[in-house]
Order: sequence, then C-alpha cells, then structure tokens
Amino acid sequence: MAEYLIKNGFVFDPAQKIKGDVADVAIKDGKIVKSVEKPKVIDAKGMTVMAGALEVHAHVAGPKVNIGRIFRPEDKLFTYRPTEKNHRMEGGFSIPTTYKTGYAYARLGYTTVMEAAMPPLFARHVHEEMRDTPIIDEGAYPVFGNNWFVLEYLKNKELENVAAYIAWLLRVTKGFAIKVVNPGGTEAWGWGLNCLQVKDPVPYFDITPEEIITGLIEANEYLGLPHSMHIHGNNLGNPGNYTTTLDTLKLAAGHKAKNKFGREQVMHHTHIQFHSYGGTKWADFESKARPIVDYVNKHKNITIDVGFVTLDETTTMTADGPFEHHLTELNHLKWANADVELETAAGVVPYIYSPDIFVSGIQWAVGLEIALLSKDPMRCYITTDHPNAGPFTRYPRIIKWLMSQKAREEQIKAFKANDKVVNASEIASIDRELNLYEIAQMTRAGPAKCLGLASMYGGLKPGQDADVAVYDFNPDKEHKPMEIEEAFSEVKYLFKTGVPIIMDHKFVSEGRKRTLWVDAKVNENPQVVRDVKEKFLKYYTVTEKNYEVVGKHFIPNPYAIEVDATH
Amino acid sequence: MTKTVTDVICPFCGTLCDDIEVVLSDDGKKILEVMNACAIGNEKFHHSQAADRPKRPRMQQPDGSYKEVSYDEAIEYTAQMFVKAKKPLMYGWSSTNCEAQSVGHEIGELCGAVVDNTATVCHGPSLIAIQDVGIPSCTLGEIKNRADRIIYWGCNPAHAHPRHMSRYSIFPRGFFTGKGQQSRKVIVVDPRPTDTSNMADYYYQVEQGRDYELLQAFRTALHGHWLPDMVAGIPKEKIYEGAEVMKSGRFGIIFFGMGVTQTLSKNHNIDAAIMLTKDLNEFSKFSIMPMRGHYNVTGSGEVLGWQFGFAYGVDLSRGFARYNPGETTSNDLLRRGEVDAVFVIASDPGAHFPISSVKKIAKLPSVAVDPHFTPTTEICKLHVPVAFVGIECGGNAYRMDNVPIDTRKVVDPPEGMLTDEQFLEKVLHRVKEIKGAA
Ligand SMILES: [Zn+2]
Repeated sequence: MAEYLIKNGFVFDPAQKIKGDVADVAIKDGKIVKSVEKPKVIDAKGMTVMAGALEVHAHVAGPKVNIGRIFRPEDKLFTYRPTEKNHRMEGGFSIPTTYKTGYAYARLGYTTVMEAAMPPLFARHVHEEMRDTPIIDEGAYPVFGNNWFVLEYLKNKELENVAAYIAWLLRVTKGFAIKVVNPGGTEAWGWGLNCLQVKDPVPYFDITPEEIITGLIEANEYLGLPHSMHIHGNNLGNPGNYTTTLDTLKLAAGHKAKNKFGREQVMHHTHIQFHSYGGTKWADFESKARPIVDYVNKHKNITIDVGFVTLDETTTMTADGPFEHHLTELNHLKWANADVELETAAGVVPYIYSPDIFVSGIQWAVGLEIALLSKDPMRCYITTDHPNAGPFTRYPRIIKWLMSQKAREEQIKAFKANDKVVNASEIASIDRELNLYEIAQMTRAGPAKCLGLASMYGGLKPGQDADVAVYDFNPDKEHKPMEIEEAFSEVKYLFKTGVPIIMDHKFVSEGRKRTLWVDAKVNENPQVVRDVKEKFLKYYTVTEKNYEVVGKHFIPNPYAIEVDATH
Repeated sequence: MTKTVTDVICPFCGTLCDDIEVVLSDDGKKILEVMNACAIGNEKFHHSQAADRPKRPRMQQPDGSYKEVSYDEAIEYTAQMFVKAKKPLMYGWSSTNCEAQSVGHEIGELCGAVVDNTATVCHGPSLIAIQDVGIPSCTLGEIKNRADRIIYWGCNPAHAHPRHMSRYSIFPRGFFTGKGQQSRKVIVVDPRPTDTSNMADYYYQVEQGRDYELLQAFRTALHGHWLPDMVAGIPKEKIYEGAEVMKSGRFGIIFFGMGVTQTLSKNHNIDAAIMLTKDLNEFSKFSIMPMRGHYNVTGSGEVLGWQFGFAYGVDLSRGFARYNPGETTSNDLLRRGEVDAVFVIASDPGAHFPISSVKKIAKLPSVAVDPHFTPTTEICKLHVPVAFVGIECGGNAYRMDNVPIDTRKVVDPPEGMLTDEQFLEKVLHRVKEIKGAA
C-alpha cells in the first residue's frame, strides 16, 4: 500500500494531548506510523488535521429509516446530486439515501458511524443498507429493553441467562452493543400503553423499567462488552421529564465498568437534550439542562450524547412507539408505526422545529446548554440523534454555535419569541466558547473511548487506523461564525484506513467499508438454547434457522471484536 | 437415501412461509416431495423441475420464431440495448432477490432508465396513501401473539395467500392468544361472498366500488355520530355493531388487498382505511397491512427506497431520481410512447398489463428475464431463462410485513444456467465496458 505524509497541519489529537501543534501525520498500510520513506505528500499548511470522527448515535440504516424515506417523497425535493465518477447519485435531506449517508459523513470528516437501533428481526435489512453505505465503517445496536427473553430472565433475576442470550443475539444479528429504548414502555405499547416512569410496571411481564436498566447494566459488565448499556430513557420529549432522567441516571450508581477496551462508563444516556425538560405543560416548558449536566459532571461512570435541535424540518423515528403516537397527536402529521414481535416497535413522524415556535427555540437552547455546561468533553458527544433533532449534516452548524457566542446571539435574535426562549433557559448568559481541542474530544477521542474502540479510532497515534480528516481552517486566524460552519462542512482531504477517499474536495475512492460486530464467547448454556428454540417454535413467525444473518450479501466485509466472557 | 431440506422459504406470495420441507432424491438433484407448502407453492417447486423449461436464451427472428443463442450473445444484446436507449424501462423485480434488484438499479443509474415494479399495477395506490397519511402497522407475529380482531377487506387470502390465516391471523395460538380462533373475532368486507368471507363472524357485502363510503362510515360510527340508514349497501345498525367490535378488542388488524387498491377511489380508499386504523388507536391498539402479492415486491420497494428514496416508478433518466406516479409509472410511459426499450425481469406484464401497453412492448427492443415461458417472453425480442430464486439460488426477500428472510437454495439449477444476479452482473460489466467506465 502507498505511503502518505500529511505535512505541516495544525494537529488536534486528544489521544496524544496534541493541542494544535504544527506536525506531520504519516500513513502506511492503513495505519498511522511514526515515519514513512517515500510518501505522497499532502500539504496541510494552515489547515486543521484531526482523526476521522465517530458517530455514537444516528438512525441511518434499517426498517424505520426506510419507512421514512418511502413515506416522505417530499424529503427528496431539491436535494439530488447526480451520478459522478466514484460517486453514485445521492438524495434526501433528513432521511438521505444510503449512498448519500456514506458520502455526507465522509464530507464532514466522519469515518465510523453507529446505527442506533436495530430491531433484531430486521437485522438483515439494517445490514443490507449498511452494505450500500459507502466509505464509513459501521456497526448497529440491537434493541434489548423490551425483548421478551430479557424481560423474563430479568424478572427471574437470571443474570447469566440474560448475558448468554445477549451474546447469542449479538452473534446472530451481527450487532455491536446493548441498546435500550423506553424500557418496558415499548412492550406496553403493544397494548397501546406506555411506561413513563422508571417504577411503572410493564403490563403482564411484572417488571419495571429500573429493573430492566439495572439488569442490562449488570449483563453488559458481566460480558465486558466494548460499549456500555446505551439508553434512551423513559418519558422522552415531555415537559417535566428531567426528574425521570435523573431517576434513570441514578441507576448507574455503584456500577463499575469491567472490560479490556479502556471504557470507563457503565451507562451511555443518548440524546439527553430530549430528556432535560422542566415545566408541567407546553405553556410553561423550560430548560432543565443544568441539573442534568450537574449530575453527569459528578458521575464519571456516565457518558452522554446531546441530540442538538438544529431548527430544521426533519423526520422523527424511534423504537419509542408510544412517543411517536403522542407526537402525531400533537402535530397531526402522518404517522407510521411498526411493532415487532417479541422484540420492539418503531414509529416515524415528520416534525418541523420552527424558529418561530418557542418550544423549538427552548429545545435548541437545552442542547447547547448541555454541551456548554458539560465539564468533561470526553464524556459528552455531538449528535442530533439524526434525524430526530435534525440531520447529521448540520454538525458544522452546531460546531459554529459551540465555538462562537456571537453565532448563538444571532440565532437567539432570529427567534420569533426570543424573550420566551431566553427566560426559559440560561443560554443567553453562557459565554463559553469551545475550542478545537474540545471539539475533537467530543467527536473523536471521546466517542472512541465510550465505544471501546480507542485503540483503533479517534486518534492519530502510531498504530491506530489511518482515518484522517483535513479541514481548510486555520485556527490561528480570526473567523466569522459562518466561516467556521463552512470549513467544517467539507473536508479538503479524507483518509479511511489509509485509503485516500477525498482529495482536494473530490471523491477518489469508496474505500473498503467494514461492519463492526461483537463476538462474545460465553459458557455453554443449555437453558438459553432451549428457551430460544421454544420461543421460535411457539411465538416467532420465522424459524430459528431463518433468523441468523449469514453471508457476504449482507456483510461483505465483517470486522468482529472478540470478547471472552466465559466465567 | 433421500434427504430433506428444512426451513425452506416459499418463493411464491408475500406470506413468505419459511417452514417448507423439501425431500430430494439420493443425488440431491431432484425434488421428490414438498411439505407444508400450500397448493400454489407446491406447484412452484415442482414446476421448476419441468423437463420442458427453457435452458438457454432465445432470440426472436424476423419471422417471429425464436432461435437459441448463447448467454454471451444475450448479454451483448441486453447491454447494447441499454446503452443505445435514451430512456429504457426496467420493469418487474417482484419475484427475484434483493441482490439482483440492486445490480439492476446500478445498470438503471448508468443508463438513465426508469425502474418500476409490480406495485405499479397492484399496491401502488397503497404506497401513495402511505405518503399521504402514514401507516400504523406491525409484524405478522404481533397479530399471531396479540390480535383478537381480524379484518380482511377487499382480499381473499383463502385463494391468494392460502396459509395467511393459519400462520398469522385467524387460527394460530400465540403468547396472549392461547385459544387461537376462539379468542378472535373476524370481519370480512367484500362485494362477493368468498371462501374467506365464509370464515367471518361479521361479513359485510359492500356494494361494488363503495368501500370508501363504508370506511368513512365506520370512522363516523366509532365516535357514535349520525349515519344514514344505509351506507354502501349496509344497514347502519350493522355498521355501528362492527365499529363496536373493532373498538372493544385489545389488538386489531386490517388486512387489505386489490379489492380496495384497484377499484374506484384507489388510494383514497386506503387513505380512509389508514385513518380508520389511526382513529381506532384512540380506543384500542390497531394496525393495518397491505396483502402484498409477489413474494418480494416488498423487497423491491425497500431496495429502491434506500438507494433512491422512492418505492416504485423511479425515473433515473435525468441523472437523478424522480418519482411521480402517473408520469414515471410503466403503463403511463408505455402508452405515451416515452420509453424506447423495455427490460422485464421476474414478472409478467404480457399477462397483466393492458393490451395497449403490451403492444408497445412488442414493438420495442426488449428483453424478458424469466425462468418460465410466459406471455411476456413470447413478445420480447430476447428471452433469457434463469435459475429459480428461492429454489436454485438463495438471496434476500421481504415479507408483506417488511420482515427480511434470506431464501434458500434447495437444488442446483440446470448446468450452465445463470441466476438473475449473475446475468445482471455480466450485463452491468458489459455496459461499463461499452461506456468506457470499466
Ligand atoms: Zn435515537
């Protein structure tokens, strides 16, 4: 393989504590190396060099994403870019085609993306879409929080069985982590009901959300998986829900991460913006970012991603089925629902976060407050819960808001009800401006560590994968807010695993994307084998043999991360 | 010793049964027996073994007769046809796997084709309605495990989807439905009595073409509002009664078919049916599902959806994807003479399209890829026989509830025979060569 030397850029690499020093990055055989002999040289003078970024939570592949694409032809209007050399046609705004997803992340400098919710029964669909998403490495989180096996094992406090089942499911679906969405509430939605609080009983199953959450934290650490239990808590999106969120976060107390991947958290709470609301109804809706961030700041075994509201027309989609029903009743836009036997559900509803509506403005403020009040950027990551709070293609705009108080002031001024937004939040009084090192922590080193992938991704240390992004941005110069957004909208150069993908803003290759999954070895467990067999015979509508995802037509280039969880 | 292949997926209808067992001869070459399948599925497996099936491509001669040609010649003809055409139509896709669809789409993208599937004459109106008002739905196992209200509207699964009722809806005993049929109430709406309506606890013989009125009447009745004495040929008392049956269940489902998608009002019928379902969620839990016909028409919509953003009628001729049913759909294009070549795969428009469209296909450069002799293969300039997907090769397919199931290879295809995917791969390769892009 060819050698490359990215010369004289301003390097930001939290993995090595490099804070904008002028340095060279050498690439050989897909890895970062100390030095190279006859490299092709890329002149990065006056530019910003970072590792490829990582996405910890986005809905980019699978059944509900595709429902969104298919039932929203309007989302394609004015977005299409025709076929070019090394580049299939791409279109869509909030729910881009798979090709666009790959290209658009690459343009932003992202090289690894995690699909946030894979219904196990639909794993093949998720993998087919990931196969058709070029360039970026991807993994997918199967959902466990409403799965009948999990509910029954946890009700009976059978930790070893739940762990063995999880290991089995990760293997047959080629999944990456334990995802939990509205624990118990989505099963309740099977009957049109919900669990809004962590102590609400799940109908029939005789278990509570807090028991599910705690049980899955324990199972995760029993297995020693690379990532932690990854949760979208109960009561999402409702005024006053911050107390539910605190109840959820407290369940991490007393648990310690056990794994060989350098991960320190036991709970990742996702899109916490949607879970940090005060008030009792929409009329007195207010930000409760501060109590949430204060709690997270004090507890090192928790990581979060934000779910920034970007003030766009977008498409909401989640395994939180009852929430989407609630939303369609609120905004009266079209509603898709997709309940999945024994496992989960999903809902999809378009949504318009309008700067003219004060609630949208406050949601925007909540997201930024969480990031700006957060003391440890290694534990707080940039996401939009794509496409729920906005499309991921708005990350450059979020970076602008985080790095420039002026940009925030301009946006506050543009709100129709700016006084209401200012009164119901503290965004106007925050003058913190994040620097590029902190941005690199929130998008590279932090997510890599949280995912247990820090040895491969998120840094520029020799031995790490050569995922490198070069932005045409000189950190030594003064910038207007818009220049920040523009610079981070399109990398000038991008390498993925040492392969040049974008050179001088042009796609030159689609790389060789990989699908990451976790292969956890556990002790033989005849009980779980029997239970699986029985559930397939009696309740599933596919046979056990037709459940596992097998074959190159689903996963052309798998990358298994092995975990030995035999005890 | 014979051997039995289990967990075989039936490549016939959208029910996509995956519990078929196939008994093979000692040498594994011949299908002796097919178990668990319905009569139609059974026939499909056995038919694949017919001695008189075509084994090599056939080219139409000036006198209308067909002459056998090699696959290489067939690939060359097909590739040249695509490259020369300004706006080729690629139609079908419903009875092949997602991998073949995917390769076909790449050809379509390179050659500026219109890619359309059989939804265009089937559940296209359902897709339009879904774009209007969404769709609350679920997997078939949810119905098996939870449903106590089953509604079949404008469809006759007893004939079109023979195992649907026993596997998923009326009869199975599931987790919360241990009593099977006894725990369920069945409503059937159809202008004609059928073998399905014979199963119904409540049968509504709606006047032909009046489904829209009846659907809206049920919505009205749900809220106890006023109705005229008769709606769509049904007395109001029966409508109030039906609404009460729907509301009083714990979990209900409406299955609907061509009787509502392809009759007067078309997508507006489905709009109303979906809104009825949505309304019912104020009282109970309710879902709705189209009874998709071909075993992988759903998959074609899914693959088109993630690659281009639209589920059928995808026009790639301008270099980017456009979708406008009525404009970019097959029959409209054919009747207006807007396409200059036709590629048909895994479906039979010769049997199902209006004669005006069929005549247009017969006049154009045309290719039919199909394991059988069909009315379509007899009017196209080139017929390319291929292996049976789901019998002679595997590949992914999507059930009517969007659940993906990987079909299984049971026997080898006849020697030297290509699969859909292999043939398309070779055409794609040749297209790239001709265009100088390889
Ligand atoms: Zn999410």
